[in-house]
Amino acid sequence: MNADDYLTQINNITDPDQFYEDLIQAHDGLSANQSQQLNSRIILLMANQIADNRRLKELITLAKMSLDVT
Amino acid sequence: MEKLSFGQKPKVLVVGAGPIGLAAALEFSNFEIQTLVVDELSEINRASKAICWSQRSLEILNRVGLAEQFIKKGSTWKKGRVFKAEEEIYNFNLQVEAGFKAPAFINLQQYYVEQFLIDKLKEFEYPVLRRGHKVVDISLTKDNRALVQIEHDQDMYKVIADYVVAADGVRSTIRKALELEMQGNYFDEQFLIVDVKVNRSFPLERKFWFQPKFHDGQSALLHVQPDNILRIDLQLGPNMDPELELDEERVRARVNKILGSDVDYKLEWISLYSFSCKRMQRFRHGPIFFVGDAAHAVSPFGARGGNGGIQDIDNLVWKVSSVIKGKASRALLDTYDEERIPAADENLLNSARSTGFMTPKTQASVDFREAVFELSKTMPFARDFINSGRLSQPYKYIGSSLVSEDDISFCSDGILPGQSILDAPIFIGRNQTWLIDQIANAFSLVAFVDEEKTALSIPEYLDEVCGQLDLVEQYLVVTSKRLNGTSKKFLYDATGLAFERWAAYDGTIYLVRPDHHIAARWKETPTILELKQAYRKSISL
Repeated sequence: MNADDYLTQINNITDPDQFYEDLIQAHDGLSANQSQQLNSRIILLMANQIADNRRLKELITLAKMSLDVT
Repeated sequence: MEKLSFGQKPKVLVVGAGPIGLAAALEFSNFEIQTLVVDELSEINRASKAICWSQRSLEILNRVGLAEQFIKKGSTWKKGRVFKAEEEIYNFNLQVEAGFKAPAFINLQQYYVEQFLIDKLKEFEYPVLRRGHKVVDISLTKDNRALVQIEHDQDMYKVIADYVVAADGVRSTIRKALELEMQGNYFDEQFLIVDVKVNRSFPLERKFWFQPKFHDGQSALLHVQPDNILRIDLQLGPNMDPELELDEERVRARVNKILGSDVDYKLEWISLYSFSCKRMQRFRHGPIFFVGDAAHAVSPFGARGGNGGIQDIDNLVWKVSSVIKGKASRALLDTYDEERIPAADENLLNSARSTGFMTPKTQASVDFREAVFELSKTMPFARDFINSGRLSQPYKYIGSSLVSEDDISFCSDGILPGQSILDAPIFIGRNQTWLIDQIANAFSLVAFVDEEKTALSIPEYLDEVCGQLDLVEQYLVVTSKRLNGTSKKFLYDATGLAFERWAAYDGTIYLVRPDHHIAARWKETPTILELKQAYRKSISL
């Protein structure tokens, strides 16, 4: 498995459905602004787990590429 | 065909002649338990209704000799395709591995399923199917049997049964008579089912669209059934007017947009539905057992209703039969709830998640779903979040009080205690057969042999175990080599798939329950005492 597989090919989460449900439920009852803030904080916490600057930069680039605004 | 007179008292009364009730009656007959089935409808409803039957259901029906007929008539499909708007985002193959008698899924109209089950029931001496007989009330006798009032042709009569299987569907009469309820979540989203008969064959695949242009951005599902019938399932949204939506011209306009103008079709069945994800708190109430939709209700996405129900009765029937025959104590009956409630919860969880993904309710859920769709186009990891229904899987009774702790030397490879068996092609002499064809509807020992000296010694050991354990009626020996001069109980694993799937070595033993779930296993042949303890645990002794 190469680095790119790990980033985009394979879902590495043990139970993707469980994570997705937890993520959506966390937003229940929040205003648009609160939702935004929640997402921002989740991203920062997750980034701290990924830790590696090179990898974080790659992820940001990948996300932005798929947004089609680059 | 009536073999039970009206005054008689059946051991088991099955209420409801749908697929679940009929499958229960067939399994009871297989155990030679006198069974009566009643259903208020005087004939089979010609609506397709449940159409997706899983490998596990087929393997269960295989034990009553029905798998071949189902597979032959049914439409076998493996491929699921998922679309966002008109673009195919990804597709999946449900059957990656070969070497199973039953395919991953077949589609077969419920009326065929019911007909096949009824035809099979006629081969047995005991069961009697009474159509047009309606249960109106149920109560318990002093000795804890069920007293059931039944109405037929404006006459009333009573049946006293030792046990009742309530397979009378989501609006269960028995449940209401006992003033019991189901609890859970109701979804206000409405769906429209249209089954159409088309003039040409369609590819055998499941297609699911999120937000297709042909259906105003709602979701749509297309399944193929035998006889060139297509199942179209359309999400309509909440608060629809039933009269308007069931109007034939309006339905045709929707179908035309999906099938295109070049396809001629006939409307077979139209139905508007909404659903709940809910269950009863307990499925057993004294001598009365609730199964299938009578006990729990899920959304249709994932085919967990019918297949969950078949697994219910498969778990129940051997337990009730063993108790009726006096070979197990009543404590075994409590384990129906213990094993099937978590199974129902797993189905409810998956069903609710699929529904949540299909009908995002908050802005965050809309945004994340959109991100998932867009990422999925180029980054496959995101496809695992797309949820168009998680298809029914056999439940694993891991941690059940009937199931022994795993032998750690398996390192969790192979089939865990609590899990259902895995099929493999095997040979008896020169003839190929399937492992699931050889394992009886009883407790069985499956032994694995790699060395000739084990082949010589193990039959005596297995004979002795079978002799000592009441319900263990059969043993099989799977061999990695073709051995000469051995008995019919020796099955040659020519492909190596049985050894691989069961993570077996020379002398490995599995204790298999009548429902073909693993009760216990040993990498190396256990002592008879160890086997005896595991067996006693598996029948609540």
